[in-house]
Amino acid sequence: MTTLATTEPAAPAAVKIVSGRTIGVGVLALVFAGLSLWMGLKVASGAQAVFKTYMIGEDVELDVPAKPVILVMAVLCLAVGALLLSDRTAKYFAMGASVAVIAFAIAFVCWSIAKPGVFLPVTATLNGALFLALPLILGSLCGVLCERSGVVNVAIEGQFLVGAFAGALIGTISASAWAGLIAGAAAGCLIGLLLAVLAIRYLVDQVVLGVVLNLLALGLTSFLYERIMQRAAEQFNSPPKLGNWTIPGLSKIPVIGPALFDQNIFTYIAVALVIIVYVGLFHTRWGLRTRAVGEHPAAADSVGIRVNWVRFRNVLMGGLVAGVGGAFFTIGSAIAFNKNMTVGKGFIALAVLIVGRWNPLGALAGALLFGFTDQLQIFLSSMPGGSPIPSQFLSMLPYVVTIFAVAGLVGKVRAPAADGVPYVKS
Amino acid sequence: MTNPPAKGDGVPAEEPAPTAGGDNGLTVPPAEQFEAAMEDEAAEQAVAVEETAAVTRRKPWILRAAIYLTTANQVMVTVYSLILAAVVGAILIIVSDPYVRSTWGYFFSQPGDALSASWDAVATAYGALFRGAVVDPDKLNRWFYGMADLDAVLRPIATTFNYSAPLIFTGMAVALAFRSGLFNIGAQGQAVVGAIGAAIVGFSFTGLPTIVHLPLTLLGGLVGGAIWGAIPGVLKALTGAHEVIISIMLNYIGGYLLLWVISTKFVHSPDRTDAISKPASESALFPSLFGAGLPANWGIVLAVVVAAGMSWFLARSSLGFRFRTVGANPAAAKTAGMGVAGTYATAMAFGGGLAGLGGATILLGSTSHALTPSVAGTIGFDGITVALLGRAKPLGVVFSALLFGAMQAGASTMQTVAQIPVDMVTVLQAVIVIFIAAPALVKGIFHLREAKVSGQELSMAKGW
Repeated sequence: MTTLATTEPAAPAAVKIVSGRTIGVGVLALVFAGLSLWMGLKVASGAQAVFKTYMIGEDVELDVPAKPVILVMAVLCLAVGALLLSDRTAKYFAMGASVAVIAFAIAFVCWSIAKPGVFLPVTATLNGALFLALPLILGSLCGVLCERSGVVNVAIEGQFLVGAFAGALIGTISASAWAGLIAGAAAGCLIGLLLAVLAIRYLVDQVVLGVVLNLLALGLTSFLYERIMQRAAEQFNSPPKLGNWTIPGLSKIPVIGPALFDQNIFTYIAVALVIIVYVGLFHTRWGLRTRAVGEHPAAADSVGIRVNWVRFRNVLMGGLVAGVGGAFFTIGSAIAFNKNMTVGKGFIALAVLIVGRWNPLGALAGALLFGFTDQLQIFLSSMPGGSPIPSQFLSMLPYVVTIFAVAGLVGKVRAPAADGVPYVKS
Repeated sequence: MTNPPAKGDGVPAEEPAPTAGGDNGLTVPPAEQFEAAMEDEAAEQAVAVEETAAVTRRKPWILRAAIYLTTANQVMVTVYSLILAAVVGAILIIVSDPYVRSTWGYFFSQPGDALSASWDAVATAYGALFRGAVVDPDKLNRWFYGMADLDAVLRPIATTFNYSAPLIFTGMAVALAFRSGLFNIGAQGQAVVGAIGAAIVGFSFTGLPTIVHLPLTLLGGLVGGAIWGAIPGVLKALTGAHEVIISIMLNYIGGYLLLWVISTKFVHSPDRTDAISKPASESALFPSLFGAGLPANWGIVLAVVVAAGMSWFLARSSLGFRFRTVGANPAAAKTAGMGVAGTYATAMAFGGGLAGLGGATILLGSTSHALTPSVAGTIGFDGITVALLGRAKPLGVVFSALLFGAMQAGASTMQTVAQIPVDMVTVLQAVIVIFIAAPALVKGIFHLREAKVSGQELSMAKGW
């Protein structure tokens, strides 16, 4: 998505090419430094930022003196800004950007919780972050499957919605969460089928098609929700929960144990899928073909790969994965379906895909980052005493982070070369 | 479609086929081709052309009409898409109605029951949709005999106009971006911020004459929307970030911004406890179109005028030419010395301004004239379907906005009369646009002929 306009690739060694992106992030780091400085001066000098971790038997508390930490972070941001602006080649870009962002995040969290009686429950936050990241992981995996083979999938949001709807409906009727899960996957696959047929066979513009399929999914689920579910919620819209699965032993590890090994079954599905897709994409014949089709369909075709069939299959598989992600919204925690309940998570999954550079592991990391941001925002707006920032601005946080990530922080990203370009045999 | 060149030897000029309303630039008029041929080619060749033309000309009009109706040209694809969408909607109505479903259970013993029940359900729903959107024949009849007043007759159409006016603006916001090779999915956020701008200007001044205050209010909407639209444009120009992702995120940010703005002391209505702003002053409102009792206002007239202006802008102005060139072929535009990145940013700002006007119009057309969390409804997203159905042309946008506005106006009647949720309209819109976007599918379903001239492709966002 981010075809770089400002940075020139392959600069001759003698001439230093100035990277506009580096300048942008340098300026951003200085802004971060200013904000951190302001927060550091504003915070009461004796205030402690308290982080609590649940361990077996007792809580472990980590008290951090807020003021000095924030000021140190401000200095870090300042240094990064100065470095990036003095050496404007892309050399320090990745390191500088990550240091500035992490430093600012630490400063921001310390400033927000540096109040008496407030603490950040680390375990619960990680848990919540993972929970919120799950649909994003599955959604962006769907994107990886589709876009690596050259089909842009903007309809992830719609696949989430139908997955959530079908999961709730079938899960309730059959009183089985597993049936709901399968129904959700099938529903997501159905949208995938529409996408595949219209994009591959009928050559419809894929971005437009995705947006319209989202609209169709929204309209259909809202319509059926009112016509069927709302009249008899007991009968049609009280989905069961797909239970937790505690891995014996591993779940006893402090801090990360409960967050990683005492989890919703969806977590294991998501992690397994990340590994499967990663290995499949880079270490199997299927993956090689997928990538070939996504990068250079004509070349793939010339060695006998059936380009459109590979794409078709991948879009359907992506639909299954996104449908599971959608089912998570309802049967993941036994929540009744509601109109437009996915509130743009599918679009964030799309952004995660780009931030994760069309790579399953990158998607996992990106999804966790967004999950964490979202969880933090929820915690800050509901913590005792409230945040000094209006809750509406906190709610914007994940979306703002997406913009920053897509517009600059992720550095140079390159989509598969044939992404969004239909293949017509000449 | 074969328009008669009416040139030459005593062949009477025929009427064009009645359905061929050759007003949409679908085909290259054969007359021009023939004239060019006459000038360029040798005389005998020209005669030969003339003769073949005469053969086509001699086809009776009814045959030509039949050919036109079965050709996959833009008009007929649109018509067939509407029919298909109505069919899909009918299926949905039948499937989701428990009583009708039960009659289908014994279809093979008594098929009449199932068919008549299905027909009743569908006819009731679509009938109510029409009565709520265009005119109620019953009320028209009563008015004709002096038993009802004109307001009752005009109310549906006035409601339609009130829904359509903002859709024309947001539709044009999306269409303008399409023509410039961009996908402005952010019209929703732009309309919301436009509504915020308009509301603040609207309630901040009192005592101004309407002639000053209304344009100022609209300007507030325009500026708000333009700022919001410029962000993805500028980011695309500077960093290459795709406008789709950025503007989707800005839609959500705009939504939260609206919530925050309403909650501030400056904006929140002091007389109310719920989330609503101070109402815009009387002087900021559009004058009413059909009288005070009906919802329609001069916003729809302004929208049509702006659409005409945009038609001129795209076709005749140099900036419009730049937009279209960059949209059609950015590489060629760059070679010709046009700043592509700058054009993207400008086009997004222009689109944002139009969507902001849409936000202002819906604010001023609402009953409370005040900001509420749902003030902009879904006009931005509907703008996408409007632009697609209108094929990104101003005139097309006006017509499709009228159609979708009518559907929204009729939807509430449909809900009360036939208990069909208003979301039905969303489904219909999506299905229509899917078929519009896949003409080959429509062509295949109805076994249509290949159109000779396929018309312009929408230039869209390509890949990432």
